[in-house]
This record gives sequence, C-alpha cells and structure tokens, in this order.
Amino acid sequence: MLKSLQIEPEKCTGCLQCELACSYQAEGVFNPAISRIKVFTFHEEGRFVPYTCTQCEEAWCMHACPVEAIVLNPETGAKEVKADVCVGCKVCTIACPFGTVNYQQSTGVVYKCDLCGGDPECAKACPTEAITWVDADHTGLERMRAHAAGSGTGGAG
Amino acid sequence: MSWTRNVMRVNLTEGTIGNEPLNMEWAMEYLGQRGLATRYLMEEIDPKCDALGPENKLIMVTGPLTGTMASTGGRYSVVTKSPLTGTVACSNSGGFLGAEIKSAGWDMIIFEGKSPRPVYLYVEDEQAELVPAEPLWGKSVWETDEWLHKHHQDPLLRIAAVGRAAEQGNLYAAIVNDLHRAAGRSGVGTVMASKHLKAVAVRGTRGVGNLRDPQAFMKAVSAGKKVLAENEVTGAGLPQYGTQVLMNVINESGAMPTRNMREVQFEGAAEISGEAMHEPRKTDGKANLVTNAACYGCTIACGRISRMDQRHFSIKTSPKYWGASGGLEYEAAWALGSDTGIKDMEALTYANFLCNEDGIDPISFGSTVAAAMELYEEGVLTDKDTDGIKLKFGSAEALCKVAELTARGEGFGRILGMGSKRMCEKYGRPELSMTVKGQEFPAYDPRGIQGMGLGYATSNRGACHLRGYSVSSEILGAPEKTDPLSTEGKPALMKSVQDAAAVVDSTGLCAFTTFAWTLDDIAPQVDAACEGGWTSEKLLEVGERVWNLERQFNLAAGFTAKDDTLPPRMLKEAAPTGPAKGRVSDLHKMLPEYYKLRGWSEDGVPTAETRNRLGL
Ligand code: SF4
Ligand code: SF4
Repeated sequence: MLKSLQIEPEKCTGCLQCELACSYQAEGVFNPAISRIKVFTFHEEGRFVPYTCTQCEEAWCMHACPVEAIVLNPETGAKEVKADVCVGCKVCTIACPFGTVNYQQSTGVVYKCDLCGGDPECAKACPTEAITWVDADHTGLERMRAHAAGSGTGGAG
Repeated sequence: MSWTRNVMRVNLTEGTIGNEPLNMEWAMEYLGQRGLATRYLMEEIDPKCDALGPENKLIMVTGPLTGTMASTGGRYSVVTKSPLTGTVACSNSGGFLGAEIKSAGWDMIIFEGKSPRPVYLYVEDEQAELVPAEPLWGKSVWETDEWLHKHHQDPLLRIAAVGRAAEQGNLYAAIVNDLHRAAGRSGVGTVMASKHLKAVAVRGTRGVGNLRDPQAFMKAVSAGKKVLAENEVTGAGLPQYGTQVLMNVINESGAMPTRNMREVQFEGAAEISGEAMHEPRKTDGKANLVTNAACYGCTIACGRISRMDQRHFSIKTSPKYWGASGGLEYEAAWALGSDTGIKDMEALTYANFLCNEDGIDPISFGSTVAAAMELYEEGVLTDKDTDGIKLKFGSAEALCKVAELTARGEGFGRILGMGSKRMCEKYGRPELSMTVKGQEFPAYDPRGIQGMGLGYATSNRGACHLRGYSVSSEILGAPEKTDPLSTEGKPALMKSVQDAAAVVDSTGLCAFTTFAWTLDDIAPQVDAACEGGWTSEKLLEVGERVWNLERQFNLAAGFTAKDDTLPPRMLKEAAPTGPAKGRVSDLHKMLPEYYKLRGWSEDGVPTAETRNRLGL
C-alpha cells in the first residue's frame, strides 16, 4: 500500500521539529535553511502552514529535467533527485508549480523531499500530528471524519 | 560538542567586529548561556560600573543545546548589568533568534562600548557588519522589524530590537525578538539602547550539528519529547491554556497579588484566565485566543496568539492592532490585570500588544502602574502628575492610556518608566513599592506561598519567579507536594530549585520543561550533545556554581545581606482572605537556614570553603 504525507495546518504550532528532523535526516545537521519541508507563518492570521512536495503523479519537475536526474521510486512514489546526475540547471525549480524543488548553492544541485525512503522523519517528529503518514488513497479520511461527526447530530435542535 | 566555539566581539565605540575562540575551560564549568556569559561578564566589567555607561557590556548568548532538535532548544539569553536593579541581569527569550545566531556559527555576541550614532548589527553566517540605524531610531520594535525585513529583502531574517521606551530610558525596557518574544526583565533593552544599538538581524544557514554522539542524542531527544507529551502540565495544560493555566489555581490558593499586593485574591481572575481566552466574547462572539504557538523546536507550545475585538474602545480606530499577535501569558495577565484590579481582558491584551510593540516588561510595567494607582488613591499623585489620567484601580481606560505613554516614553509614561521603586521614592512613599532590589514582584504572593518569599529575597536579579520556582512543589505538587503555608524545608527546596533553574537556563532549554523534566531527563541530552561527561549531579553543581557566581557579582556591586528582604507589606500586613488569611511572609524563619545550606556566612557571603568547592 502506497502512503502519503497528510498535512493538517490547523494543528501546527510552528515548532519546526519537522524541519529539524528533515534536515538532520537528509544532511546530518539541524538546519531549517535546507529543510525539504517548510513551515510558513502567517502572523497576522495566527496560522502556521507546513508545506512540502506532494509527489505529483505526472511530476512537472521530473518531466522538465533534461538529464533525467529526477526519477520515480516505485516503492514509495517519491520523485527523487539523483545528485550525481543533476547538472544544477534549475529547470525543475521553474517547472514545479509549488516551489518545492530548490537549488542549493553549496552543492550545486537541487534538492527536494524524497519521503525519507518511505519512513518520513517529519511525520515522526511532529508533536501535534499536523503531519501524518497515511494511506495514499485516503488522505481526506480524517477531514471527512471530522465533517461527518458534525453532520447528522442536529436532531433535537 | 555542540558549541560552535566562536565568539563575536563587537566594539561599538570603535565600530569594529572581531572573532575569538570560546573559552572552553569556562564552557566546561558553566556550560553556556546564563552561566557562561555571567563568567565572561564577571571577568570583563567592574560590577560597580554604571549600567548605562559604555563600560557595561551586553552579551547575547546561546547554550550548547540551542539550535538542536532538543525540545525547546531554541533559547538565548541577554546578560549584562541591570540598570533597574544594579545586580547582574540575565533575561532569557524563546522565539527563533537564538537558534539563528547559533546556526550562523556563533555561541555568543559580546557588545562593548557605545556607538557614537545609532546602529544595528547585521549578521549573515560568518559575515557581520554594523549598519547606520538613523532611519530606525524613534521607531517601535514592530516598525523596526518590518523595515529590516524589507530593507534586506529577506523574509527569513530573525530580528531582535528595542523600541521607543528603551531609547527614552525606561528602566525595564525589553529586547523583543520575533515580534513578541522578549528578553523581558531587568532592563536589558535599556542597556542595549544606551549603547545606541537598535537591533540585531541574523540569518544563519549553517545549521547546528557537531554532536558528540548523534545516535544517543536523537534517542535522548525522543525520550524527552515523550515525557513532555505525557505530562499533564507540559502535554495538556500549557498547550491549551498557556501559562495562564495558573490564573485560577493561584487565585484559589490565595496567592494572587491584587491591587498593588494589598490583597491576595482577585474577584475578576476567572474573567482574565486562560479558560476565558477560549470563550466566545459577549461583544463579537469570537474568542480572544486564535491559536497556541511554539518557539523554535518546542513540543510544548505554550505561546498565545490572540486577536482583539476590533470594536474595543482601545483599538476601534487603530487597524494595526486588528490582526493576531502575541497574547496574554500569566505574568502579563496578572500584572496588567489583577495587580491593577482590571478585568477587561481586551484592555489587558491591548496593553500586552503595546509592551511587545515597544519592548517593555509587562510585569514591571503592570506593578509600577499598580503602585501609581495606590499613590493616586492616596492623593499623592494627582491629575496634574498623570497628564489628567484618572489612575484608579480597575480603570481599563487608564491602563490603556498609560500603556501608550509608557511604551512611547512620553509624558507621565516617563515617570512610570522609572519603575516602582524610584517612582515611589520620588513621591516619598518607598514602602508602596512592591520590589526586591528594585525589581517588581511576579505573580505569586509570598504570604500565600512561603517558599517564594525566600526565593524573591535571595534572587540574584531581584524579585523573580524564574530564579527559583518552588510553586511547582508548593502548589502543583511536583515533584513532591509541600505545604505552601509552612516554612519548613523551604530553604532546602528553594536552594535546589534555584540551582536547577540556573543550569537549565545555561543549556539552551526552556524553564517550562521543568514542569515535567528533572535533571535526569536533561542530562542525557546534554551529555550526548557535548563532551564533558554530563550527569545530573554534575549539572546541579554547575547550577550551584552559577548561583554563587551571580551572588559574587552582586556582592562586588555593593549588595549585602540587608538587601535580601521583602517590602514591609509582605512582612507586616497579613493576607486578608483565602487559605493564607492572617499570614505574613515568615522570611526571617527561612533566611538563616538558607545561608547555612548555601555555605554562606551569616552575612550572606560565600565562605572560602564554598568558593573552593565550586572552583570560584
Ligand atoms: S513539527 Fe508539526 S507542529 Fe511542528 S512545525 Fe512541523 S508540522 Fe507544525
Ligand atoms: S514552553 Fe513556551 S516559552 Fe518555552 S520554548 Fe515552548 S513555547 Fe517557548
């Protein structure tokens, strides 16, 4: 069964544990600056929104890459960057509509979320379950459940 | 090793910036943050110096766990000599700045001298420069933050700044980072402004790594997170209600200082409590609280983000306060509310926004307003002194007005900016100032929680709850319940919580972890990160060393055992209601035993033997 990251921003506190876990897993250092997942703060609204690659089926980045440095991992569904193949042309960063592929000056190649090979650290680190690792066909299940719980209870008014 | 081993030294007089290696010998003795920077300060300044003169130094310092994934490991401290108290000052702040400093590659930044013109420090990893800040002088913290983000075209810059209050010499001005987190107490912001340093803007991209044993560290971090998640206070109470979870609890204990501490219970407590922040308002049906929020790496997330009722009289015509921002935590709600007798939560939220916007300590501000209200009630202060403001206990309008004046450093706000001690002395009524060593009390009445009286009297930065939080034991029963009305065993309890707090403040972690964590939870995290063989015992010894070092600073600054006391109201006027009814603080029963346990002489001076034992 394929799994996906499910993100529920309303649960997020902006603690950055996900970014720390991500950067540590990927590069052995606690460094939000190179995290593959980013938490955005909308201060005036009091909202925190974690955002990362959704692993599109027809991934723009993968199709755009002229040297086939972005490949599908069939086991996880992740589109992974082969750092030794990437030439750092950045076309993928332009192609991705969501901005989740980024160039890294220090390495000269791009980086993106690879789902940690099927066991994403961000989901494990998140203290509030704002990020969970769920059945890929049912990322809407929790939201459906929440709405279902609210409907059909109005009987006695 | 999770120190970066780099110290930045900024000479503001000369406009020069240097880089030197961290003194690792001291790091082994004092760990980081509060302890380590105090060691530097002790070495580099004369404790008798003028806190607002160029000879004072100001140190922004991280701890070895700052910037790591340890829960709450994002803290930094500001260490300097306080202009409010004349003692050593160490104010600790969360948010994101501390981790950014570390990620830029620095353990600490030492500011010395005084710049001939306003400047800010811009740091991008190892690059740092002093930039003219004339356009920012006279601006609030919030305006400064916005200006710097725009000017550098970098939304990811982390910024700490002082506001107009600090520029105008308010003695309890804070350094605010990330818009609403603050190194709040003792006037560290006043020192920063006295050096013509308006802001520090940091971008760090190196990250924090360099752990002694990475695997053991990740294991210890996970174990620590689990303990916090499963604890009633850190896993449920704090995320849900913030520190405001305490409002009703402390009020029921009869330890809620009210109306300049004349009373110990506030009839409006429920209306300004954490619970009330969740309730839909009568006026617009919305709750004051929007969400909780975390500091860097924190899995507790006690922070309050509030949105005011746009139609509240204070902000009707000021849209800039209509958005969400840092809301009331317990100390602010108490000082701005209970101590002034005001139960209009929106007014308190507004005053709190102003404290953040221009960087003033809401505890000292609220307490000073409370003292001014008593002076006004007694007719010592009149409308002529207060710019026509009817400064009555309970008046939300008065609070909002004086908060505006004080935040901006204008008119009667300049008088309030002196702090309660100097203000009460100025008007000939020193006994109405609820302070120790010049610093205003926090939210626990020492008549209702006896241990705290000893804590306030002996705290190295004047009255303060964060220097030794026996409330945990006396009220919350952690780790063991003691009777808040009894003095028995309190000297030993106070010593142990003081030492523990001193070392927690030296690691880079948040004090609030200690609602759940003991040093046994912290030691494995420190030990896995740093070389040095860190056990709980060794950490506690660091705490004791830090405490004694701070004491030595204060003794050298001219303080004596006579200053280890409380205002006469606490010692002579009995609590009028509640469980502590009829009680005063029995400080005299605790102090001699405390000195003995500390290994101090009867005059409160560490003996040669104690100094030798601690390597001082
Ligand atoms: S770990 Fe969870 S709560 Fe924390 S910032 Fe990431 S998504 Fe938000
Ligand atoms: S417990 Fe609160 S103050 Fe402490 S680090 Fe977490 S959010 Fe910040």
